[in-house]
Amino acid sequence: MRKGFGDPIAEDLRFVVKSVVGEENFVDMYPNRSNNFCCGGGGGFLQSGYKDERLAYGKIKDQQIKATGADYCIAACHNCHAQIHELSDHYEGHYGVVHLWTLISLSLGILGPNEREYLRDDLKEVNVFHPETAM
Amino acid sequence: MSEEAIKLGGKKKSTFMDKVKELLPEGGNLNLCLTCGACSSGCPATGLEGMDPRKFLRMAALGMDEEITTTPWVWMCSMCQRCIYVCPMKIDIPQLVYNARAAWPRETRPKGILGSCDMALRNDSCSAMGTSPDDFRFVVEDVLEEYREAQPEFADMEAPIDKQGAEFFLNQNSREPVTEPDEMVPLWKILHIAGVDWTYGSRGWGGENYCMFLADDDAWKHTTGISAEQADALGCKVFLNTE
Repeated sequence: MRKGFGDPIAEDLRFVVKSVVGEENFVDMYPNRSNNFCCGGGGGFLQSGYKDERLAYGKIKDQQIKATGADYCIAACHNCHAQIHELSDHYEGHYGVVHLWTLISLSLGILGPNEREYLRDDLKEVNVFHPETAM
Repeated sequence: MSEEAIKLGGKKKSTFMDKVKELLPEGGNLNLCLTCGACSSGCPATGLEGMDPRKFLRMAALGMDEEITTTPWVWMCSMCQRCIYVCPMKIDIPQLVYNARAAWPRETRPKGILGSCDMALRNDSCSAMGTSPDDFRFVVEDVLEEYREAQPEFADMEAPIDKQGAEFFLNQNSREPVTEPDEMVPLWKILHIAGVDWTYGSRGWGGENYCMFLADDDAWKHTTGISAEQADALGCKVFLNTE
């Protein structure tokens, strides 16, 4: 957001996320919007080979996420998704990390059994579209 | 008796920072630093390799070009721009980092980033995994057919490649078609339900941008150019970067 279209787009995304998970289930992290911290997946860091440094970099993001107490962190970008997923394992927060499209489709009732790679056990069996097609 | 003052002689030599200043609008404000440290206090890369954004900029200002253009710290800054956001003088430290990356001989830059850029240069997909346009088309068509059949509510769903006149041009991270193709489907479904007129491009569909991360301007221009050319050739109105 900071590098692209700015905070107004972040508000649009908040509208989408709240519509999908319910207002009461959305927890903002702090700091947020343009004051937020980069997770450390971007800029090529994931492919740079400096793994220990990348995990050290991501510690702030991990602590931000843990402080929300949320069960899932939504990452709309692949680099962020990969990095935060690793942070969740490495720092043992064990929160889920999902793409936004997964939650939108889940809320619309159109998420099939094979499109749930990043849902955890708590949502794996919820509202499955065409469960008979499970692979 | 006081010591004699040190005289600074000779012509001021051109430093790395001077060269970067010439490239940037307003010189990137690189000579406006108040040394307050707001950048460093809010930077997740502070402390890595004994470096931080303020130190990096001060060293550049002091003409310590050798140190600036060899520290691996430039690969640990993600260029997220938070330092600019909090800086009272809006100094473009990330561009200084980017150009320091570019000062590394290409073959000495991190292998993973280098390899991903080179993969993107292999064919017109511009995919960091080197996937060919034909392979991409095969996977998309195969997955689409499977889902149209298995989930009849989506029998009319499309995942077009090179659809002339589509409103939106989408790119696609290679990870899905190559390693987890089912993950492409939720987005297709959302676009279908929303009635969005969209297309992938057989050329330039790869959403990754490792040539930019590599600070290889020519290669970055090449891969981005192919995506842009394809979107233009198809007459698309909006380029949707899904990354």
